[in-house]
Amino acid sequence: MNDPWILLPFWYPIIAVLVILMAGSTIRLYKGPTPADRAVAVDTVNTLTVASLILLGVAFREIIFIDVAIVYSLLSFVATLFIAKYLGGEL
Amino acid sequence: MIPFIITALFGFFIYLVFTAGSGNIGLWSSSELIAGVALGILTGIVTRNFLCRKKNYRMANPIRLILLAVYIILPFFIEMTKANLDVAYRVITMKIRPGIVRVESNLRTDLGIFMLANSITLTPGTITVDIDEKTHDLFIHNINIGEGDEEKAAFKDVELFSLANLPAWIRRIAE
Amino acid sequence: MIIEGVILIFLLIGTSFNTLGVLGLLRFPDLYTRMHATTKATTFGSIFTSLSVVVYGLWLFFDSKDSQFMVLAIHAFIAMLALAFTNAVGSHAIARAAHRMGIKPSPAICDRLEEFHP
Repeated sequence: MNDPWILLPFWYPIIAVLVILMAGSTIRLYKGPTPADRAVAVDTVNTLTVASLILLGVAFREIIFIDVAIVYSLLSFVATLFIAKYLGGEL
Repeated sequence: MIPFIITALFGFFIYLVFTAGSGNIGLWSSSELIAGVALGILTGIVTRNFLCRKKNYRMANPIRLILLAVYIILPFFIEMTKANLDVAYRVITMKIRPGIVRVESNLRTDLGIFMLANSITLTPGTITVDIDEKTHDLFIHNINIGEGDEEKAAFKDVELFSLANLPAWIRRIAE
Repeated sequence: MIIEGVILIFLLIGTSFNTLGVLGLLRFPDLYTRMHATTKATTFGSIFTSLSVVVYGLWLFFDSKDSQFMVLAIHAFIAMLALAFTNAVGSHAIARAAHRMGIKPSPAICDRLEEFHP
């Protein structure tokens, strides 16, 4: 019984780079002079989280992670819209 | 009745896409097909007033859907690549001349305005900030306004795109 | 061998554009220019990293005829579409809310929206 997954060596380094980028954008989350800057930083972290979840699904050989990524992206979209409504004073 | 049928078919199609590869009737198993039919009818009953709110069935035409796919793959993707090279240049050199300008478009339908606003957000140097509800003009933050262009009262929508005529594509798809 | 090279190139393009987006988020002077960097560059970079997963799934599917790889490719493609559309709409919502909140573009040549609703 041979393994159908072909082993590729470069998923984990790419995921490590994405996690470093997430840590970098939390600097803006900490410094950001206005609340809208912080919302933009959170949005960036969410996008990078979805991208790295898709890669993690391949690296760990769990296809369910990609479904988690779809649901996460839609939920973070709703969260962004509500943050924007709150900031604009329409809520 | 027509909104219900369109919404139910749309929901059934989405369910089929998500469960492809589960069995051997085509790509689907029989239990997934039955669940898809039941959930599609349920979705149609609950949300029939949301998808076709304006009683406007223009997008149910398959030619328009194929044109939409071609639009995303060819001209839109080329503009997006150019936009990212532009952003890379600006991040490295920090040469910016930002400002908010008004752009007038002759699009009337909601879907057309939506597609134009999203295309502007993802293409070179511009993001959409706000919309004038009466005249359907867009307010756009431009990262690099040309010399002398800040005197203009309004831009035309074709001036924003240099490689492909995206507003003409949008007009063909959504109007 | 060729397909591995394609996957590696897609991943490198994706991570380099993501890096540029985060650098832009940290370097640009005000909210709207920061939003240029994050919206365009991170969306494009994430599209390319997801596209590498789609290519990988299709490659394994045609290699082994196992239907789980088809599921992998389709779901990665759907995640990519969801990411691309929601990012554009979300950034538009934040920009509109920020202008209503009173954040002005601070180095700015002109501001037509200011004249429209002060």
